[in-house]
Amino acid sequence: MSSQLFSIAVAAILANNLILSQFLGICPFMGVSKKVDTALGMGMAVIFVMGVAATVCYPINLFLEANNLQFMQTVAFILVIASLVQFVEMFLQKAMPSLYEALGVFLPLITTNCAVMGVVLQNAQNKYNFIESITYGLTGGIGFLIAIVLFASLRERLEFAECPKSFEGFPIALVTASLLALVFMGFSGLSI
Amino acid sequence: MNVKKQFWEGLVTQNPVWVQLLGMCPILAITTTMFNGIGMGLSVMLILTCANVVISLLRRIIPSKVRIACYIVVIASFVTIVDLVVKGFVPALSESLGLFIPLIVVNCIILGRAEGFASKNTVGAAAWDGICQGFGNMVALVAMCIARELLGAGTFGAGLLNGGEGYRILSEDVVALGMILPVGGFLTLGIMIAMFQYFVNRPKKEEAN
Repeated sequence: MSSQLFSIAVAAILANNLILSQFLGICPFMGVSKKVDTALGMGMAVIFVMGVAATVCYPINLFLEANNLQFMQTVAFILVIASLVQFVEMFLQKAMPSLYEALGVFLPLITTNCAVMGVVLQNAQNKYNFIESITYGLTGGIGFLIAIVLFASLRERLEFAECPKSFEGFPIALVTASLLALVFMGFSGLSI
Repeated sequence: MNVKKQFWEGLVTQNPVWVQLLGMCPILAITTTMFNGIGMGLSVMLILTCANVVISLLRRIIPSKVRIACYIVVIASFVTIVDLVVKGFVPALSESLGLFIPLIVVNCIILGRAEGFASKNTVGAAAWDGICQGFGNMVALVAMCIARELLGAGTFGAGLLNGGEGYRILSEDVVALGMILPVGGFLTLGIMIAMFQYFVNRPKKEEAN
C-alpha cells in the first residue's frame, strides 16, 4: 500500500510532472512565472486547491458511477472546481486573511487551470481509491510548484540576457521551458 | 458585421495561438501527428462556434455577476457532446487525444472568446467569430503537427494519409525522437512564434524607416 503511494508521489513530482511531461497547466506556467515570489504563491494555491478538489471529487465520482452517469463527469467536475475555488476564496478571506493576501489574484485564476481538472479526471480514469486520489492531488501540486518556481528563477535571469529580437519575451521563455523539460526527462527512469 | 476583417483577425492579426497565446496545453501536448491536430482543431472549432452562438443568444438574460459560471456550463455541455460523439464515431481519435478532449472545457480560447466577443455581439457575428478563431487555432495546430512529425518521426500525415501510415520523408535513422517528446513541443512552439513575430513585424519596420 505505502509503496503504491510512494510510486504515485514520485511519478507525480518528478517522472510524470504535470507541466513538463504531461503539458497540463501551461497557461499559468507561462503567465505567472515572471517573478519567483508570484510563482511560489501560485504553486501554493494550486497545491491547496488540487488537494481539496481531489478529495471532494472522489465521492462525487462514486455517486456518478453508481448511477451510470459517467458522461456527466466533465460538467460535474468543472462545476465542483469552479464553486470550490469560490468557496476557498471566501473561506480564506474570513478565516486566514494573511494566506488570502498572499495568494491574491491567483485563486480565481485556478478555475481555468487545466492541471486541476486533469488531476481529477485522471483520478477517475485510473480508478484510484480515496487515499491514492488525495496523494495524487497533493503531489501533483508539489510537482507543479517545483516546475513553476524553477522556471521563474530561470526567467528572472532571462530578462537581462541578449537574444534575437523576434525571440524576445514569450518565444525565448518557451525555448527555456524546453530545456527544463529535457532535464525532467532525465527523471523518467524513476517511474516505478 | 465585418466578414473579411474577422477572418483575417482569426487567421493572422489576432491568431489565438501565435498572437493571443491562448490554449497552450493542447497545442503542446497533442501535436505529434497530423491526425491528432486536425481532430483537435475540428473539435475546438465546433465547440467554439456552438458556445459562441448560445452565449450570444443568452447575452441579455445572463446576469453579469454569475456570467463566468454560466459560460462554463454552456461550454461544458458542448464538450460533453463532442466527447461522446468522438468516442462513438472516431474511437481512434478519442484514444490518442485521451484526456485532452474533456479538457477543452478549460481551454482559455473558448472562455476568452465567450467573454471578449460573444457576450457583446450579435448571433451571426459570434458564429462567424467562432469559425474564424477555430480555423486560426486549427492552422496553428496543423503547422505544429507537420513540423514535429517530420522532425520526430520522419513522416507526413500519419493516421490520415496513405492508409494511416503516412508518407515517409526522412529515414528512421536521422530523426530526433525528442521532437515528439515534451522537449520538442516547447522548442517548436517557441521557434514558431518567433518566426511569426519576425514576419509580421518586419513590414512595419520598413514603413517606419
